[in-house]
Amino acid sequence: MQTNPLQQAITYLLTKMADDALILGHRNSEWTGLGPIMEEDIAFSSMAQDKIGHALGLYSILHETYHAPDPDQYAFLREEKDYLCCHLVELPIGEYDFSLMRHFLFDHADALRYEFMEKSSLEALRPLSKKLKGEIKYHTLHANAWLTQLCSAGDESYARMQSALDYCFPLALGMFERREEMEDRLMDEKIYPGEEQLKEAWLERIYPILVKSSLNLPDPVNTSPINGGRHGYHTQHLQPLLNEMSAVFRLDPTAKW
Amino acid sequence: MYGGGYIFDEPNRRQLKDEQQHDDPEKLLEFEARITSGAKIEPGDWMPVEYRRQLTRLIEQHAHSEVMGALPEGTWITRAPGFKRKLALIAKVQDEVGHGQLLYNAAETLGKRRETMINDLLSGKSKYSNVFNYPAETWADVTVIGFLIDAAAIVNQVANAKGSYGPYCRALERICYEESFHLKQGHDAFIELATGTKMQRDMVQDALNRWWQPIMHFFGPPDKNSVHSEKLMQWKVKMASNDDMRNQFLDAYVPKIWELGMTLPDANLQKNSEGRWGYSDPDWDLFFKVINGDGPCNSERIKVRKWAEESGRWVRQALMNSANAKVLPVA
Repeated sequence: MQTNPLQQAITYLLTKMADDALILGHRNSEWTGLGPIMEEDIAFSSMAQDKIGHALGLYSILHETYHAPDPDQYAFLREEKDYLCCHLVELPIGEYDFSLMRHFLFDHADALRYEFMEKSSLEALRPLSKKLKGEIKYHTLHANAWLTQLCSAGDESYARMQSALDYCFPLALGMFERREEMEDRLMDEKIYPGEEQLKEAWLERIYPILVKSSLNLPDPVNTSPINGGRHGYHTQHLQPLLNEMSAVFRLDPTAKW
Repeated sequence: MYGGGYIFDEPNRRQLKDEQQHDDPEKLLEFEARITSGAKIEPGDWMPVEYRRQLTRLIEQHAHSEVMGALPEGTWITRAPGFKRKLALIAKVQDEVGHGQLLYNAAETLGKRRETMINDLLSGKSKYSNVFNYPAETWADVTVIGFLIDAAAIVNQVANAKGSYGPYCRALERICYEESFHLKQGHDAFIELATGTKMQRDMVQDALNRWWQPIMHFFGPPDKNSVHSEKLMQWKVKMASNDDMRNQFLDAYVPKIWELGMTLPDANLQKNSEGRWGYSDPDWDLFFKVINGDGPCNSERIKVRKWAEESGRWVRQALMNSANAKVLPVA
């Protein structure tokens, strides 16, 4: 799309954020009609709408300012290796314990990302970040309320949430996978603070809620993160998801749908 | 979305106590006079046993239809072509589930708990709109559902919103307001295909051909077969006859379909000189077969719903159990 190294780095940053939002939005939308109670079904659909809307906002900036194809083409028609989402968002919805824990871990990181981006030197990102930060606040409130509730409601739900945390944590560390050649440029230009700083802020943010929920936080220093997504290497779950997502669109990508 | 296919449920006289079979005649007269005067009946008011029973059944079926209706459309959220359609469809299906929630609340005011209603749905005792027991095979099916089934549901729901039971009417007012946006959403997606490429037009024509009979079934059996509708209409539980609603729907939407150059698979479909629509009778035996559980997707829909109920049980139990606090484990 462009050769300027800074533009490449910006494209990388916006693409990975948008891809995370798109793929998690896709997954959360799969709860529509299937939630454990109707109120949760509605909550997950509503968060899915927000996430897909966030992805659209970011793809639109890429299209308008950084010469990416229009959002539908870019979101629906890339090759799997060109997606930059992390593995955490790719996994199927599983049961509610997994989906809730993923939502908790992801949305706190997402909230922080936009809090930082609101002060970014990249002007195009600031108004969008401010808006999205306001929406994600409700996602984290929702996750916190459910997590603390389920962890104080008897052995089964507590044990399920602890197992979900143990399972998700290495995947969640994969959200902060670095690509140094891109990151250094972005940090030099004060566009964004870098994944390491985000990860530290995230650990501080989630820790008090995990303590309140009596959950044991896995050791962040000695846990190996599950990386790969930011370099275009994905789980076996992404390709079928992309096939499904683009099935109708690919029937005739030049037609209006 | 819910059709007018509400079928009077014959009470089982042997199971009813005498006082349930014979409402206090003075109170009954007063009740019927209130309904005739246009007053709304509220949850604490006296009402005939049979009014409560039929209304509970009606609102419950409506609620189930909203929730089950989310399934065929919901599977297309992940496949919707492009951001515009995807965002609109999630919002729409989310609304439908919200309607289910509103309606379960309205039915609960008559004394039946949501959990009991859902158990009755899973056991097959409670019904839901037949139309959701057909498969949504292509994206064009989603546009036909969003346009024509929602349009048909609006005809029925606008009528029911003028009924006699306060909580149901208030829920329906809000539902109709949201449904009018759904109709715009469906209409827009339908027109896009109907005015699109040859492949898109073929897709939508094929969907129309397959959905026409379920749409004709949607308003329920012909009036000549609905022997018990009179009492329900006098009590303003049922607000318009099945045939009248079907005619109103055909009058509003058949011309719109024809204008787009699409056809409908019924050579006898035409308006007569008195302004009523004539059509070939759809297969009513099939209608009853599907209601009684033998449609193309009945077992698949119930299976999905059972999965949701069973895998979500621990969450619901945990909600009832918050006092049982965990102590901080030793780190």
